[in-house]
Amino acid sequence: MDFLPTLWFILIAVLWIGYLFLEGFDLGVGMLMKTFAKNDKQRRVLLNTVGPVWDGNEVWLLTAGGATFAAFPYWYASLFSALYVPLVLVLIALIFRAVSFEYRGKSRTEAARNFWDWAIALGSFVAAFGVGAMLALSTTGLPLNANGDRVGGAFSWFNMYAVLGGLGVVAFCLIHALAFLTLKTDGDIRVRAGKLLARWLPVALLPLAGWAIAVVILNASGIALIPLALAVIVLLFAWKAATKNREVRTFIALGVFLIAGVATIFIAAYPNVLPSTIDAAYNLTVFNASSTPYTLKLMSIVAAFGVPMVLAYQSWSYWVFRKRIKESHIPEAHVVQSIV
Amino acid sequence: MVERSVVDPLEIARWQFGITTVYHFLMVPLTIGLGIVVAVMQTAWHRTGKDEYLRMTKFWGKLFLINFIMGVATGIVQEFQFGMAWSEYSRFVGDVFGAPLAMEALLAFFVESTFLGLWIFGWDRLPKRVHLATIWCATLAATLSAYFILVANSWMQHPVGTEIVDGRAVMTDAWAVFTNNTAMVTFPHTIFGAFAVAGGFLLGISWYHLYKRRSAGIDSVDANGRVIIGESATLGKNRDKTDYNVWIKSLRIGSAVALVSFLGVAFSGHAQAQLMFEQQPMKMAAAEAACHDGTGFSVLSIGDLSSPGKTTCDDMVAVWELPGLLSFLAHNDFTTEIKGVNTLVPEYQEKYGTHIPNDPMYGDRAGTEIDYVPVMAVTYWGFRLMITLGGLSAVAAGVALWLTRKGTVPQSKWLSRLALFGMLAPFGANSAGWIFTEMGRQPFVVAPNPSFEGIDQVFMYTAAAVSPGVSAGEMLFSLIALTLVYAVLLVVEVVLLTRYIRGGVGSAMPELTEHPDDKHKKDDDVLSFAY
Ligand code: HDD
Ligand code: HEM
Ligand code: HEM
Repeated sequence: MDFLPTLWFILIAVLWIGYLFLEGFDLGVGMLMKTFAKNDKQRRVLLNTVGPVWDGNEVWLLTAGGATFAAFPYWYASLFSALYVPLVLVLIALIFRAVSFEYRGKSRTEAARNFWDWAIALGSFVAAFGVGAMLALSTTGLPLNANGDRVGGAFSWFNMYAVLGGLGVVAFCLIHALAFLTLKTDGDIRVRAGKLLARWLPVALLPLAGWAIAVVILNASGIALIPLALAVIVLLFAWKAATKNREVRTFIALGVFLIAGVATIFIAAYPNVLPSTIDAAYNLTVFNASSTPYTLKLMSIVAAFGVPMVLAYQSWSYWVFRKRIKESHIPEAHVVQSIV
Repeated sequence: MVERSVVDPLEIARWQFGITTVYHFLMVPLTIGLGIVVAVMQTAWHRTGKDEYLRMTKFWGKLFLINFIMGVATGIVQEFQFGMAWSEYSRFVGDVFGAPLAMEALLAFFVESTFLGLWIFGWDRLPKRVHLATIWCATLAATLSAYFILVANSWMQHPVGTEIVDGRAVMTDAWAVFTNNTAMVTFPHTIFGAFAVAGGFLLGISWYHLYKRRSAGIDSVDANGRVIIGESATLGKNRDKTDYNVWIKSLRIGSAVALVSFLGVAFSGHAQAQLMFEQQPMKMAAAEAACHDGTGFSVLSIGDLSSPGKTTCDDMVAVWELPGLLSFLAHNDFTTEIKGVNTLVPEYQEKYGTHIPNDPMYGDRAGTEIDYVPVMAVTYWGFRLMITLGGLSAVAAGVALWLTRKGTVPQSKWLSRLALFGMLAPFGANSAGWIFTEMGRQPFVVAPNPSFEGIDQVFMYTAAAVSPGVSAGEMLFSLIALTLVYAVLLVVEVVLLTRYIRGGVGSAMPELTEHPDDKHKKDDDVLSFAY
């Protein structure tokens, strides 16, 4: 029964692609809150481009986590316990970010608004970096013993791959967010986002490509060269589209780049889900880390029903909120007056 | 045996789990209960077109959202903490336990978050009917998510549909897992508990506004005590007659919801108690602090609750017992003897051993003696606190219904405090219920299922569940960091809720407080809601 674990490996890759594609731009928009937006109006435009959808996007992360638990409990247990401290930071970042979206507009003072702005910006940055580092380490290896537990102390996981993966995701999110803003806004923001995009796109995608190349080399995987080549071609295409201000094309190309890049990484890593840097005999693989065929079958039925549903109503929600947002759309801030 | 460090990672991990879940469960019942109440209000508006229902929807919906977001923020921690702090647990149960968790995310959280986004931003943009449907989808998904997570939790209380294969629990019968009788009674109990919270919330806040309308001289009463509704011109439409209707209706709806929910928790709680006698007899004995077999329900027991004393607890004295009631709770008759702690401990020792096995899997806890008696001070008082707080809140609701029969609240500070209590008590009852349920299960994280043949081996000690690779220092770091974050955010949430409550309906509907001259022309493209 090798088919089901492999299917679930693919599904989890799909969930991560979904997460990085969707939350990618809202994490990026979050990071742009302090540096890119020029004034309060622009910050509110940024927030409202992702306002109705960011929570739904974040559920892709929860589902990736939950699906890993259900389909590969050993992977879930080893990865998350090994990366204990960085994940605590990611969680705190996600908490602050989530709360800021809702509470920023309810603050009455400049200082409070400023605090929530920073919480969104830093929260988005830490979350993106942390998730990137975690995925990179999951594909390049952690110091795990025979039981799958981390050895060597709280920070023994730290290495260059963690930095590469973290940077890769952060930079991708920023670029993806700029492309998103060219589609979702109008006026000054749209123009500036387009310019930045054309200038930074190729540089920003390099770390992610670098991580993919590293995984291909580490695993000496020949077949992964195919998606890798595709990723590189798409990168060039996206660059060209960006310089010509072809907004929709750029955005789609970025999506394809992400799919090809993540596919490269997962294909090259297969069948490892979490290699051990101590001894290859301790590697967690699709086969020794998975749940039983019974559970996988049950989950497959649920996914066959659930995933298309999610895609359908999330697409509908994007369609409902398809209009571009301008600064003039933002109503005056409403100050709550106490009546009692 | 390795020398144990001063701070035991296990203890810290347990504190952290307890703090995180109890905190999460402050928001959860309000989300579930209030969400459905708001959906009903919007439906009433849709059907009748009455302005007061629209205002109710907007006002309570605003408070709902402020609370919801904290539920989301704390829920994220929950999803990851099993792997982070409880990796051995995750490895042992993942095949069974991961499934409901993944389904919760895929089938419930996606719906909840997407449709709530559509509801918040969809006012005036979606057709009215569709917009109404979005709030129903979101809140029903919240209830569905409760079902999935309670299935997971019930499996830990009463594992079914499972076998041990190669040292781990493996699902053999999904139907059994998803229709676990423990889940079937826990689910209504928890949902009714959530409505108790929502009912009290409506009651307390509406009381406050009616009270303030009276003390501000807007409403008054005639010679018979009937309300004379007034209007205040100074704050736009924020304190007109419709505003009065908002509060009186909310108050009466809330009180009714609270009363019915109390009946609901009482009946479902009774069903739970009956199952618990069968499934976790030790938990029930500990809930009663009952050392010896007997039939009475203890109303008050004294003694040294804090030291369970391993195998004897003879110093417990029941000061006041209701004879036969315990038997009734358990068996619907008044005479069957219920086993006490002293009878149960040897039974547990015989079945599951006296010491943790000398297996490397148990780390430095291998070979230590097992204490089968949960912390009785917690189970005993937790059980009573749950029932008492819930009961008192129901009394407050009944009193409120009676007092407001002539249309407004009396000018009494003392009674206002009762209303505030009626609002806070259900939160306490819920926390007490969970703390009782979870701590009463100790020392097991997966309690053995005595009533199910053949799967006696499906159990796990909490001591064996914690992540072996994570140090006490790391756990301490996360415990302190997360607790501080929770504390700060709780303050922020309460401050915001208070501000919006004080602002009345106008805080959720700016158009009510605006004066005609500063009304900017509404252009079709302006967002009807914006962050
Ligand atoms: C009886 C109900 C109940 C219980 C026992 C729990 N939760 Fe919960 N949870 C909910 C009921 C709920 C909810 C009503 O669906 C929430 C509350 C507020 C919200 O946004 O949804 C939620 C939110 C929520 C979220 C965020 C969802 C989002 O982003 O929309 C996650 C990841 C979890 N929960 C996970 C958990 C886990 C892993 C639990 C077990 C330890 C848990 N919850 C206990
Ligand atoms: C939201 C409601 C819940 C509350 C308030 C709650 C409360 C608690 C508390 C207070 C503890 C600590 C017990 C102790 O250390 O003695 C605990 C432990 C635990 N609970 Fe819950 N719980 C809730 C729901 C759940 C659910 C739904 C699950 C599983 C799906 C769960 C799984 C666990 C686990 C794995 C532990 C292990 C730690 C331990 O036993 O110490 N809990 N819970
Ligand atoms: C007559 C009243 C009540 C009775 C007889 C009762 C009974 C019970 C019992 C026996 C349990 C433990 C179940 C187990 O561990 O297997 C429990 C748990 C719980 N109770 Fe109650 N209860 C009552 C009132 C309330 C009230 C008023 C609330 C809240 C408003 C509440 C909230 C809870 C919660 C949240 C739990 C933990 C979750 C669960 O196991 O369902 N209960 N209750």
